[in-house]
Amino acid sequence: METREMTCINCPLGCLLTVTKDNGKVTVTGNTCPRGEDYGIKEMTDPRRTVTSTVRVKNGSAVKVPVKTKTDIPKDKIFEVMDVIRKAEVKPPVHIGDIIVDDIAGTGVPLVATKDVE
Amino acid sequence: MYCRETDVVIIGGGPAGLAAALAVKAAGVESVLILERDTQLGGILNQCIHNGFGLHTFKEELTGPEYAARFIKRVLDEKIEYMLETMVVDLKSDRTVVAMNRKEGLFSIKAGAVVLAMGCRERPRGALGIPGFRPAGIFTAGTAQRFVNVEGIMPGSEVVILGSGDIGLIMARRMTLEGAHVKLVAELMPYSGGLKRNIAQCLNDYNIPLKLSHTVVDIKGKERVEGVTIAEVDERLKPIPGTEEFYPCDTLLLSCGLIPENELSGSAGVALSPVTGGAVVDNTLETSIPGVFACGNVLHVHDLVDYVSEEAENAGRGAAEYVKGQKAGIVPEDDTVMEMKAGKGVRYTVPAKIRPATVKKDVLVRFRVDNNYKDVSIGVFYDGRLERSVKKRTVAPGEMEELRIRKEELDKYPEVKEITIGFVE
Ligand SMILES: Cc1cc2nc3c(=O)[nH]c(=O)nc-3n(C[C@H](O)[C@H](O)[C@H](O)COP(=O)(O)OP(=O)(O)OC[C@H]3O[C@@H](n4cnc5c(N)ncnc54)[C@H](O)[C@@H]3O)c2cc1C
Ligand code: SF4
Repeated sequence: METREMTCINCPLGCLLTVTKDNGKVTVTGNTCPRGEDYGIKEMTDPRRTVTSTVRVKNGSAVKVPVKTKTDIPKDKIFEVMDVIRKAEVKPPVHIGDIIVDDIAGTGVPLVATKDVE
Repeated sequence: MYCRETDVVIIGGGPAGLAAALAVKAAGVESVLILERDTQLGGILNQCIHNGFGLHTFKEELTGPEYAARFIKRVLDEKIEYMLETMVVDLKSDRTVVAMNRKEGLFSIKAGAVVLAMGCRERPRGALGIPGFRPAGIFTAGTAQRFVNVEGIMPGSEVVILGSGDIGLIMARRMTLEGAHVKLVAELMPYSGGLKRNIAQCLNDYNIPLKLSHTVVDIKGKERVEGVTIAEVDERLKPIPGTEEFYPCDTLLLSCGLIPENELSGSAGVALSPVTGGAVVDNTLETSIPGVFACGNVLHVHDLVDYVSEEAENAGRGAAEYVKGQKAGIVPEDDTVMEMKAGKGVRYTVPAKIRPATVKKDVLVRFRVDNNYKDVSIGVFYDGRLERSVKKRTVAPGEMEELRIRKEELDKYPEVKEITIGFVE
């Protein structure tokens, strides 16, 4: 049996969760809403994060365009994702939601723009 | 000097200004103008590229620029007039707004109503009283955020952060992702000023230590920062001799709090609260100057943009009603004012006054507590008498609380002079 205390990061309330894993079954207490339970289970079994950063723009109205992984990616892939982001470059125009890199670092998740750059 | 008239002038094109403008328009006032000194609308959100915005408003997690874009689109769709690279330099008590830009030079606007939405700025280093030289490599966290996220420049590679406000926490993660080594976040107070989720996902995720009750007592380096000395502080926030530890670094980020940007409000004679640094407002968010309203971070520092947008809508509605009332020559019959007081454990309330005649349903009161507490009961007192209370498992200074003052209660106690929000003993 494994018990861990963690802060739910799904909303600003930041509930303190107690997550217990017993014979593969995960139980969560301390959550105020169901999203907290989902978070606790995921954090114990398959922790994931959304990565946000910026990508260099070639001759645009801005130097950088902000980006995010469209959904969350495995936590242990964060730095591999960053390596790809640092090397990436885009040509304007770029629009919110445009895919900058598809399947970033083998996560199956695309990297998308979060701002328009002309 | 070029001069024009506008029903509602909004100073600042951040989330507060945008939402206020939309509300003015929605209330049927067509003549509304946003003045923004930056090259784009959206305010501070343009540099807040992390996610965590808009859960409340849009039921999804957006990044700062995405949240701003939704409001900017609506402002464009509504054909609301705005001027960029236009700096408001003066506001007079008769609501004359003096601004300047390249095209018009200095010009003035006679406004029917004004909404203050200038946001806040970071407490500079001078206010912190750190001794030593002023070598390169010391930045406020927000300046560093702008460098990294907008200009694409890394301020340094070995970093110590003083202050655990949200911007500092966000920047600890951001600089780590960009390859810097963030050695430590030191916080003077015994608690963090940032959200718990940011401590979890910005520090704990990357094993960045947070030292509470610690501060910077010395900065080494003449040309460039070479390191800082950190010491523990006692209950009176005085460094404890013998606890000093030296951290080599080339960059020191300061995240020591935000202060509302109120130079303009001050010059107009708007009464300011010594606690929040923002205007003293009533429930319509009107300041001490009739027809001048305030919302967003210029009123009091918010952690959540959703609340900024909601508050700004309220201010926009107030401004629109004021203009309509003035045009129709309506003089309010009942001008009773009740004072809102911060009671035990509470630092301030916004609003600080309630005008019962203007209350339609209820009044949302936002407030902050003065320390970390567990299992408290927060009460609403009418002239010192407890009316009702709510229980809270935990409250913290970094997290804004809210309560509603109900219309039935205001109707029940028309003679009341003071409404207090505070802990129940
Ligand atoms: C680093 C950081 C991280 C944050 N993280 C989160 C988060 O994760 N989730 C969340 O919900 N909220 C977050 N917030 C809070 C939220 O972003 C702010 O509360 C919100 O942006 C404040 O909006 P505002 O319109 O009041 O101010 P601002 O966005 O600062 O806008 C004010 C505008 O007024 C303009 N202005 C000022 N003076 C003048 C003048 N004299 N003339 C013309 N224009 C002027 C400025 O240029 C600026 O554009 C964060 C804030 C910061 C600073
Ligand atoms: S459990 Fe629900 S309420 Fe608590 S922090 Fe998580 S999402 Fe927010």
